[in-house]
Amino acid sequence: MKKTVKDLALRLKAHFPDIIAEPVEFRGECTCTLLDSNRLHEVAEYLKDQLDFDFLKEATSIDEPDKPLRFTLVYELYSYYHRVQLRLKTSIAEGNGKISSLSDLWASANWQEREIYDLMGIQFENHPDLRRILMWDGYPFHPLRKDFPLEGKASECGVLFTRPAPMEGGPFVTQPGLLDDEDREPRSRTPENKF
Amino acid sequence: MMKIESPGLEHPKTNFNSYREKTNVMAEIKDFEFEEMGSKSVQPSNAINESLGDVMTLSMGPSHPSMHGVLRFKAEVDGEIFHRITPDIGYLHRGDEKIAENKTWHQFIPYTDRLDYLAPLCNNVAYVMAVEKLLGIADQIPERCQFIRVICCELARISSHLVGIGCFGMDLGALTVFLLAYNEREKVFNLCESLSGARFTTSYTRIGGLSRDLPDGWLGEVNKFCDEVLKAIDDLESFLTRNRIFLDRTEGIGVITKNQAISWGLTGVNLRGSGMDFDLRRDHPYLVYDRLNFDVPVGVKGDCYDRYILRILEMRESVNILRQCVKMIPSGPINIDDPKIMLPTKKRVLTQMEDLIHHFMLATEGINAPAGEVYFGAENPKGELGFYIYSKGGGSPYRLKIRPPSFVSISVMPLMLKGAMLADVPAVIGSLDIVMGECDR
Repeated sequence: MKKTVKDLALRLKAHFPDIIAEPVEFRGECTCTLLDSNRLHEVAEYLKDQLDFDFLKEATSIDEPDKPLRFTLVYELYSYYHRVQLRLKTSIAEGNGKISSLSDLWASANWQEREIYDLMGIQFENHPDLRRILMWDGYPFHPLRKDFPLEGKASECGVLFTRPAPMEGGPFVTQPGLLDDEDREPRSRTPENKF
Repeated sequence: MMKIESPGLEHPKTNFNSYREKTNVMAEIKDFEFEEMGSKSVQPSNAINESLGDVMTLSMGPSHPSMHGVLRFKAEVDGEIFHRITPDIGYLHRGDEKIAENKTWHQFIPYTDRLDYLAPLCNNVAYVMAVEKLLGIADQIPERCQFIRVICCELARISSHLVGIGCFGMDLGALTVFLLAYNEREKVFNLCESLSGARFTTSYTRIGGLSRDLPDGWLGEVNKFCDEVLKAIDDLESFLTRNRIFLDRTEGIGVITKNQAISWGLTGVNLRGSGMDFDLRRDHPYLVYDRLNFDVPVGVKGDCYDRYILRILEMRESVNILRQCVKMIPSGPINIDDPKIMLPTKKRVLTQMEDLIHHFMLATEGINAPAGEVYFGAENPKGELGFYIYSKGGGSPYRLKIRPPSFVSISVMPLMLKGAMLADVPAVIGSLDIVMGECDR
């Protein structure tokens, strides 16, 4: 029998009462937060096998440097049977944060996790092929982290762009104006007032 | 192989199953088990066990005529047979997601043109609808605006599929198809130009509406285009649908089963080609798709030929949708009436204090979005283009993730090309209809 996403989220909550927070609804979407990231694989397996979430639409990550658990992983799951979408989130700390790969459950997680590793620097356990995907092999940084400046960083890997992009005083300013970008554009993010 | 009995062109949908039953090419290919890309050992499967020659590493692309952009393959070939194939992407990576975090909501619209640059109107619509969902104004968009957006999406779908099929044909040696398809695509660009002022980078939509209303007589031109493109699709089909060379090179090639397609996250035509009956426009209707009457063609075998046929049928359905929209489109406003979201008109800015303030706030700080997170996926020509937005409030997203359908399509290629012949690569790439601007972002 087809169920609504709320029902499925409550079933998930009932099965893992200690580690799943109360489902949050916003704009008709349901978000479940997993409090213990070590058990991600177990929860994901339950979602796939018991609740029929057979399609991993996307996996992504959020970087919030001011929080103790810096990185948040976001999985958009879809069920072709129930025709509903559920979001699963879990947070990990920087450094000791290794999280298990879901590529054995959904094949699409393979490249999505490679992208997260490439751009955010999160390591995945048991991933079949954890290499960089968009940046080149040997690139030393993870550009989607909030502490990576928009104009880039110098790197010594000897290929491609090794110098920051010339931004002429501020992001996306092609010609220097009379004022500096702080006066002209209060929201511009110069290195001093970043975030 | 099948015999062509009637000289005239029948609708291929009616003959679809008989096409399938008479060919059993896929039986040989079905036995190949996909090996994860990272595993280092190459295990030749049964069918290629016999030919244990030297394995050579071959690099195809990134600059190669059949690569549809800057896609590169690292392949291990034994003669003509692939042992292992590894796509190498990222040559067109521009950091769109990083840029989005540093732009206001409106400033990112031009960047969406550069995602799937063969159907920019679709991307514009998908992005602004994601932001509208975050703002909670999705149900307030005027009806006329919704109809115009549907027309835009379907025009873009036709144009994208024309390129897809044209390049597919060209890669397999049918250059005439390419020229024919581009001729029609040119007409779509003329329509885009009179609509938005730009042929490629349209940036037509705005959050809460559109940049401008339809020009006079534009709907009549769309109607005219509908008639012309149907003739062109018939011509196009007469070159490919029953072409023996084309059939031999696409039937049973690049087979992907329904379960594989779901597990690998394929969407759009590539998913439906494998027999999964799913279309976001019908199953999770957005805009006014729930009021329109259209079919969702579904494939049977999941090979390159199925995907080709589905594109043809989808174009016909798009023409059908366009005609309905032209008939049903109401008059009225195109933008929502909310000064905190839409820019006021110039005259009001110059004459009224309130509007001057709104204009100033919108132009400097942008739309003040609430904190929260939304995902919106739209059925684009290439598949589901999704935007995941994580907002902490204010004028720009804290994190914006683009879910590109081409990225997913390319990730399946090692599976599809394992054990295939070298000459199947153009067929598989052409049938998946990838675009690298979207894959690499």
